[in-house]
Amino acid sequence: MKISIKVNGVSHSHDIEPRISLAQYLREELQLTGTHIGCDTSGCGSCTILIDGDAVKSCTVLAVQADGCEVTTIEGMANGSGMHPIQEAFKEHHGLQCGFCTPGMVMTAAEIIKANPNPTEAEIRDGLKGNFCRCTGYHNIVKSIQHAAEQIQS
Amino acid sequence: MIPSKFDYIKASSVDQAIELLDQHGWEAKILAGGHSLIPAMKLRLNNPSILIDISGIGELNSITEQGDEIHIGANCTHKAIANSDLVQKHLGLLADAANTIGDIQIRNRGTLGGSLAHADPSADYPAVVLACDATIEVQGKNGVRSVAATDFFQGTFTTALEGDEIITSIRFPKVSQGNYQKFYQSASRFAVVGVAVVKDGNDVRVGVTGVSDAPYRATAVEEAYTGNADAAEHAVDGVEVMSDHFADSDYRAHLARVFVRRALEA
Ligand SMILES: Cc1cc2nc3c(=O)[nH]c(=O)nc-3n(C[C@H](O)[C@H](O)[C@H](O)COP(=O)(O)OP(=O)(O)OC[C@H]3O[C@@H](n4cnc5c(N)ncnc54)[C@H](O)[C@@H]3O)c2cc1C
Ligand code: FES
Ligand code: FES
Repeated sequence: MKISIKVNGVSHSHDIEPRISLAQYLREELQLTGTHIGCDTSGCGSCTILIDGDAVKSCTVLAVQADGCEVTTIEGMANGSGMHPIQEAFKEHHGLQCGFCTPGMVMTAAEIIKANPNPTEAEIRDGLKGNFCRCTGYHNIVKSIQHAAEQIQS
Repeated sequence: MIPSKFDYIKASSVDQAIELLDQHGWEAKILAGGHSLIPAMKLRLNNPSILIDISGIGELNSITEQGDEIHIGANCTHKAIANSDLVQKHLGLLADAANTIGDIQIRNRGTLGGSLAHADPSADYPAVVLACDATIEVQGKNGVRSVAATDFFQGTFTTALEGDEIITSIRFPKVSQGNYQKFYQSASRFAVVGVAVVKDGNDVRVGVTGVSDAPYRATAVEEAYTGNADAAEHAVDGVEVMSDHFADSDYRAHLARVFVRRALEA
């Protein structure tokens, strides 16, 4: 089936099988391998991307469902050579160790901060319910998002 | 994990979706948010050969006030319901329940109609739909019909929907006093036990999910209630209580009594 999707501002058209997930499409057709597949069963959140601005788990969306939509992946967060303030904050505050969960964390953080520009620690932790990290123990992820929110506000 | 092959059709109207369902029978499945169906298809627990995507049908997306009722389109997402001013004002317990579902990403995709049609015994909305005495509007090849919440849920993944029918909207009478209490499965955030209570003086309606193979109205509690939360002791009277690795039946029955009490006292 033919689909047209705008990913990180660039329009793409492909003829694909309906059973291909959006995560697979991004990684295999578009070579955007920043979107990670951890569980492939909607549990871990590492595949989180934005569809029309909403954070979703792309392993549980068919690529055909995103036909006509605007998708943002981790590759679309940086602006030219400058990193996004959320990415800067993760770097600055050690919000990652192995980095596997990080793209999903950053994309979910984008929605947390968009919905609530000044989130409390509890609100950030609640917002991260759908994202698992096996390394950090979450403390520095929460700290990074708190600092990113402050940075974006100022 | 990749599902078996299927064809995908994006329906542009309710009539077209019903025509396709009628034409393809049990081979076809409606796709709304996909957050119950796609995981099941990946595990090959469900192998439809045609998916009819209804997410683009605009008329299933509205939340409106109609006299004493709030009408919510089947395609409204958990997020849209939680954030709706009308729902927050007139159906606070529904907004609260929507906000307890899964996580941000799930709430951005999953829909009210999809959750009710799927009828997972641990889903949140069914308790609220029962306590509110809501009506499920369905449409099929023989026209439209209204199904009372108490007639809709028949068992695990089983509802009163016929093969050619889809849910179009849910009609909720406005609620002045009600609340939703939930004991979470800690990983998925589904309800091990979920209790919705709607009060009108000493009249009370109690909807319970997660406890049995189908959600139910705790009528024994409703009858015993005269303003005292001790009526919660009747939470599982006459109910066959589920047992699984999250909670065996004794523990689940205990949780049901505790959460009915909390909801009556809230
Ligand atoms: C990680 C995770 C956590 C979750 N946690 C919770 C939770 O805490 N609480 C909870 O209640 N749910 C939870 N869910 C389920 C979630 O709410 C689903 O989104 C919802 O149950 C199904 O809605 P959907 O729109 O995604 O439906 P789909 O997956 O698209 O469809 C589900 C079923 O309903 C049918 N269907 C869909 N729409 C209609 C319609 N209008 N008319 C007739 N049939 C229709 C489909 O054919 C299919 O059989 C969770 C899901 C995931 C993946
Ligand atoms: S890979 Fe999508 S949620 Fe884990
Ligand atoms: S940094 Fe390794 S999983 Fe999060």
